[in-house]
Amino acid sequence: MKFVDEYRDADLGRALAAEIVTTVEPGRHYKVMEVCGGHTHTIYKYGVDDLLPANVELVHGPGCPVCVIPMGRVDDAIAVARIPEVIFTCFGDMMRVPGSAGTLLDAKAEGADVRMVYSPLDALRIARQNPGRQVVFFAIGFETTAPSTALTLMRAKAERVPNFSCFCNHVTIVPPLRALLESPDLRLDGFIGPGHVSTVVGARPFEFIPRDYGKPIVISGFEPLDVLQSVHMVLTQLAQGRCEVENQYTRVVPYDGNPRALEALAEVFELRPHFEWRGLGFISQSGLKLSAAYRDFDAESRYPVPGIRVADPKACQCGEVLKGVIKPWECKVFGTACTPERPIGTCMVSSEGACAAYYNYGRLARERQVV
Amino acid sequence: MTVIRRARAEAETDEREREVLGRIERARSRPIRFGDPQITMAHGAGGKATRNLIEGLLVPAFESETLASLADAGIVTIDGLGLALTTDSFVVKPLRFPGGSIGDLAVNGTVNDLAAAGARPMALTLSLVLEEGLSSDVLRTEVETIARAARAAGVEIVAGDTKVVERGHADGMYICTTGLGRIDPRGRLSPSSLRPGDRVLVSGSIGEHGTAIMLARGEFELDAAIVSDTCSLWPAVDALLEAAGPGLRCLRDATRGGVASVLNELARASGVALLIREAAVPVDPAVSGACEILGIDPMYVANEGKLVAFVAPEWAAAALKALRGVKGCEQAAEIGEVRTEPAGMVIVETGFGGKRVMDLLVGDPLPRIC
Repeated sequence: MKFVDEYRDADLGRALAAEIVTTVEPGRHYKVMEVCGGHTHTIYKYGVDDLLPANVELVHGPGCPVCVIPMGRVDDAIAVARIPEVIFTCFGDMMRVPGSAGTLLDAKAEGADVRMVYSPLDALRIARQNPGRQVVFFAIGFETTAPSTALTLMRAKAERVPNFSCFCNHVTIVPPLRALLESPDLRLDGFIGPGHVSTVVGARPFEFIPRDYGKPIVISGFEPLDVLQSVHMVLTQLAQGRCEVENQYTRVVPYDGNPRALEALAEVFELRPHFEWRGLGFISQSGLKLSAAYRDFDAESRYPVPGIRVADPKACQCGEVLKGVIKPWECKVFGTACTPERPIGTCMVSSEGACAAYYNYGRLARERQVV
Repeated sequence: MTVIRRARAEAETDEREREVLGRIERARSRPIRFGDPQITMAHGAGGKATRNLIEGLLVPAFESETLASLADAGIVTIDGLGLALTTDSFVVKPLRFPGGSIGDLAVNGTVNDLAAAGARPMALTLSLVLEEGLSSDVLRTEVETIARAARAAGVEIVAGDTKVVERGHADGMYICTTGLGRIDPRGRLSPSSLRPGDRVLVSGSIGEHGTAIMLARGEFELDAAIVSDTCSLWPAVDALLEAAGPGLRCLRDATRGGVASVLNELARASGVALLIREAAVPVDPAVSGACEILGIDPMYVANEGKLVAFVAPEWAAAALKALRGVKGCEQAAEIGEVRTEPAGMVIVETGFGGKRVMDLLVGDPLPRIC
C-alpha cells in the first residue's frame, strides 16, 4: 500500500535499530513514555519493542480516550441511554466500558436504544432521521476528536436540530501530563509526544516539559518507523545533553497546530473547573464542557444525570498503569480476573488501552539484548 | 557494579513477567463457562463470547463426542458409510451486496462446511423465514439465486420449510440450510492432528466478503471495488485431496471471525503453536486499504470462499500447486507453520520484523476512534 508500506519497512527498521544501539550509553536503563494510546497500539501490533535493546524501556502513558473515563461518567451515560425517548450514540469501544452496574452493551441488550456511530456527524444524521426521538452523542477524547464534536454542534446549531444533544467528556492533554510530571514516583527520561493531538494543538503547548521539567519530548507519527525514529531522537537528545520539543511527525503536525480547529474548540467548549480521570482523580482545568452559546445542546442540562462519583474497583490498578508506574502485567488482576472479555478496568477495553494492547498482542516472553 | 545490578534487576523482571504469562495461560486453559446474564451482539461475532456460548453451554448440554470436536460438520457413520452433516443460518444485512446475496451464502456457506470436513456435498434442505411485507420480486430473485448456486455447487435441494413472521422481524428474510455430504476416502482430517513442522496454507486473498458487506452497509461513506468471494470450496478441496490427500491434516472454512479465528481454534485443538508470517498473507490492495482506513485487521474479517489448509511439510508444495490451479485460488499461499511452543497460541511475525500474539477477538472488529 503506497504511503503506508514505506513506514513499515523492515530493512529501514533494522538500520534504525542498529543506530539506536550505538546511541545508547552502555549499562544505562532508559524509560521513555509514549503518551498516546495509539503509539502503544503500534508498538505492540508491530512488535517495535523487539527492535529495541532491553535497557530501552517504553512506558505507556495516559493518552487513551476510553481509558481515562471514570466509572461515574459511564453510569451517567447509561442513565441517559435508559430514558425511553433517547437514542444514545457512541463509539464502539465505549459500549464495553464497565460502569458500576454493567456496560452500555448490557443496557442495549436490556432494551435501551444504544447505537454505535463512527463519527458525531452520524449521530446528527440519526437525529434528523428521527425527529420524534432525542438523540444523544457520548463525546469522548482529547483534542484529536473534540474538533469533530465541535463542528457537529456548530452544524446542529446552524440547522436548528432540536432533538440532538451531546454528553461531553472531552479532555485536554496538557493537564494530565503536568500532573504526571509532578508525581513524586515518576522516573522517566523523555517522552514520545502525541501525534494526532498535536495536529490540532501543535507542538508549542509541550514546551513546558523540557523547560520546567528538563525532559525531552519528540512528537511522533503512528507507523512503526515513526515510533522507532522518535525513540532514536529522544535518545540522541539525551546523548547530546539537549532537551527540547522536536517534531518527528512534520508531515502532519504544524508547530502551531490547526488554527481553524482551535477556533472551533474555543467557540463550542469551555474548560470545566475540574474533571475526574479514571485512576488519576480530579485534575483541574482538564475537561471540556459546552460553552454558554451551546448550552441548549448539553445533555447534562437537558437530562437529570446521577453525577455520582464512583470509586474505581479496589483490585483495579488502571491509575498506576495510566501513569506508567506499573506495567500492565504487574497489575494484580491482569489477565486473570481482568481480561478483554470481562474487563474490570478501562485499560483492558479499548484497543489503545495499554492492558488490552499487551494482552491481545504483547503476551509473549521476549529475548532481548541489554546494551 | 551498578551495571551488573541493573542487568540482574532486568533478568528478575523478565522472570516475573514469564511467571505472570504462565498464570494467564493457565487461566485461559480452564474449562470454558457460559456465565453471561444475557445474550449480546458479541455472542454472534465469532470471537471469545461465541466460543463461551458454544463450548460453555451447547456442547456440555448435548454430550456428543462428534459435536465436541467442533468441526465445521459432524461426521455420522451409517453401515460403514461416512457422512458429514451440517447446518447454518444466514442473517445478512443488506440482502444483496457486491459479489452475491443471502441466497448465494445460504448455499455456499453450508456446502463449504461440508467441503472443509473433507466431504463431497450431496444434498441440502432449505428453510425460509420471511418477513411480512417482503417484496415477492426480492424473494423470487433469491430463490433463483439459490437454485443457480446449488447447480454450480453440484448439490440438490431435497427438502424445505417456509415460515412468515410479523413485520419488523427477520430483516426481510432469514435462511437456514442443512447439508449432507459423503466423506471422501482420500483424506483423514482432524483438528487435533496438527504436528510441529506442518505448513499453513490459505486458498487465496482474504477479507473480501466481510469488507464488501461493511462497505455495502453504507455506514462509512467509503467506496471501493471490493466484491464478496462467496463460492463453493469443493473444487479446491477436491484438488487438495487429489494432490496431497495423505498429507492433509485439517481444512477450515475461514468465515465469521476470519483466518485468525480458525488459526486460534486449531492451535488450541491440537495443543500446538502456529507461527504466521504476516507479509506472506495475500490481501487484495483495495481490502487492505479499506481495512487500514477503518483500523481493522483483515485476518479477522469474514470470508465466504476461502479455506485454511494444514498440510504435512512433505506434501505442502504439491498442495499449494494444486490449489493455485483451481479457479479463484490463484493467489493461494503458504503463510506459516506449526511449532511446539507456546502451545495453544498463534504468533505473528510482523512485516516490520517484530512478533506479536494473534488472539481471538472479543466482539465485532471495531473501527478505531482516533
